[in-house]
Amino acid sequence: MAQDKKKLPGSGLAKGLAVTLRTMTRRSVTAQYPDLQPELPPRSRGVIALFEENCTVCMLCARECPDWCIYIDSHKETMPAVAPGGRERSRNVLDRFAIDFSLCMYCGICIEVCPFDALFWSPEFEYAETDILELTHERDKLRDWMWTVPAPPPLDPGAEEPKELAAAQKSAEKVAAARAQEGDA
Amino acid sequence: MNDVLDVALRLVAVLVVFLTFPLVVGQTEHKVMAHMQGRLGPMYAGGFHGWAQLVADGVKFAQKEDVVPANADRRIFQLAPAVALLPYLLVLIAIPVGPHGFVGQAIDAGLFFVLAVMGVGVLGSLMAGWASANKFSLLGGLRTAAQLMAYELPMLLAAASVAMAAGTLSLPGIVEAYHWWWTPWQIIGAVVFFTAGLAELQRPPFDMPVADSEIIFGAYTEYTGLRFALFLLAEYAGIVVLCALTTVLFLGGWHGPWSDSVGWLWTLIKTFVLAFIVIWLRVTYPRMREDQLQKLAWTGLIPLALAQIALTGVVKVVIS
Repeated sequence: MAQDKKKLPGSGLAKGLAVTLRTMTRRSVTAQYPDLQPELPPRSRGVIALFEENCTVCMLCARECPDWCIYIDSHKETMPAVAPGGRERSRNVLDRFAIDFSLCMYCGICIEVCPFDALFWSPEFEYAETDILELTHERDKLRDWMWTVPAPPPLDPGAEEPKELAAAQKSAEKVAAARAQEGDA
Repeated sequence: MNDVLDVALRLVAVLVVFLTFPLVVGQTEHKVMAHMQGRLGPMYAGGFHGWAQLVADGVKFAQKEDVVPANADRRIFQLAPAVALLPYLLVLIAIPVGPHGFVGQAIDAGLFFVLAVMGVGVLGSLMAGWASANKFSLLGGLRTAAQLMAYELPMLLAAASVAMAAGTLSLPGIVEAYHWWWTPWQIIGAVVFFTAGLAELQRPPFDMPVADSEIIFGAYTEYTGLRFALFLLAEYAGIVVLCALTTVLFLGGWHGPWSDSVGWLWTLIKTFVLAFIVIWLRVTYPRMREDQLQKLAWTGLIPLALAQIALTGVVKVVIS
């Protein structure tokens, strides 16, 4: 109360007028969405895309999914032996890969857990449907979204080097060392 | 023959002003309010920045069914929007726009006529509130009545002060007699007049009679379609009239540089600046409670208006 006494009467009213006037001169924050696409931040979680060439049907994603919203069907195929007299190899072939986006809570655990980089975040978000059943998207749709996945953003300055780079460097050095030894011999 | 043509032209001009200016003010309110709140406002209707939004609204209102509640007092209920709207049309006729008879009809007791007719507009709300057979409408109507009682008095006192200063009741006469130092001299009266006018129009922050969070929409609760639109139009016509009147009485109407040739432009500019202030106040201030509303009128505006009259009288005696 003591502070209030120092102020001029009506200064609060004037302050209010100043606030609205100042807001009027600033750019409004409205996003004109259907006319202008929003500028999404990097690593936006719009939808989950599938790069099925990398999928080995290990089922880790389906098992880790908290909502059980990933459906995978597959069968085994036997491949003829590579070398004569060798063992026949069996291979998993993907028959169905579907994600029910009416259940998905966009936690991204499936993408984290995939050991072969078959799942990616795509920033695509315009896939609303009028029927909830149509939100279950099959592999061809998930594959279409794969082409909307942006390249990973560059590392922050001063960031730690990614582990993949060190690993690749190491193996390259090994190969080079082996070659050098062969040359010596 | 020429006289008939002259009268007809003047009336048509007043009618055109009456039909377009409230829409311009309404559209300005859409846009100004939006930007003051960090929004864009209407952007689609008409293509360019939603300029046709109010036209679209009008089309929508015209398509709606005109419902009269079963228990309503039918005739009064249907008449009320006209009573609310038409007085403002009549007032516009008497407001001088420029020098040399640039006025719909110069009336000797213009100030008296204008204030009396403006008071009639509020009766529309009272009729609507009483005839709707709805408790919210009745509450709104009663609040309107209380507000009319409280704010008509300071408005009249402030206007009387100007009439004293000019020594005439004729609106063109008042503007004719204006000198620049009138504005500082009558500034208290101007503020009182403008504030009381806002309250009479039930504009925020004085919109207790239509407080939607308490009594839905007050006296207009039962109205639909075109009749509802007429009530809304009356509000904006009221803004135009109030701003024009304040301009004429306190801001010197057409006075300004080159007033002989572009006097009408000065009147319009001043009117629209005031209309902007009306919108600005609406965006800035929250609604006043009913008791605060009454307190402001009886303990604030009326003493101020009386003080203004005393000041006017003293100055008038000193300079004469």
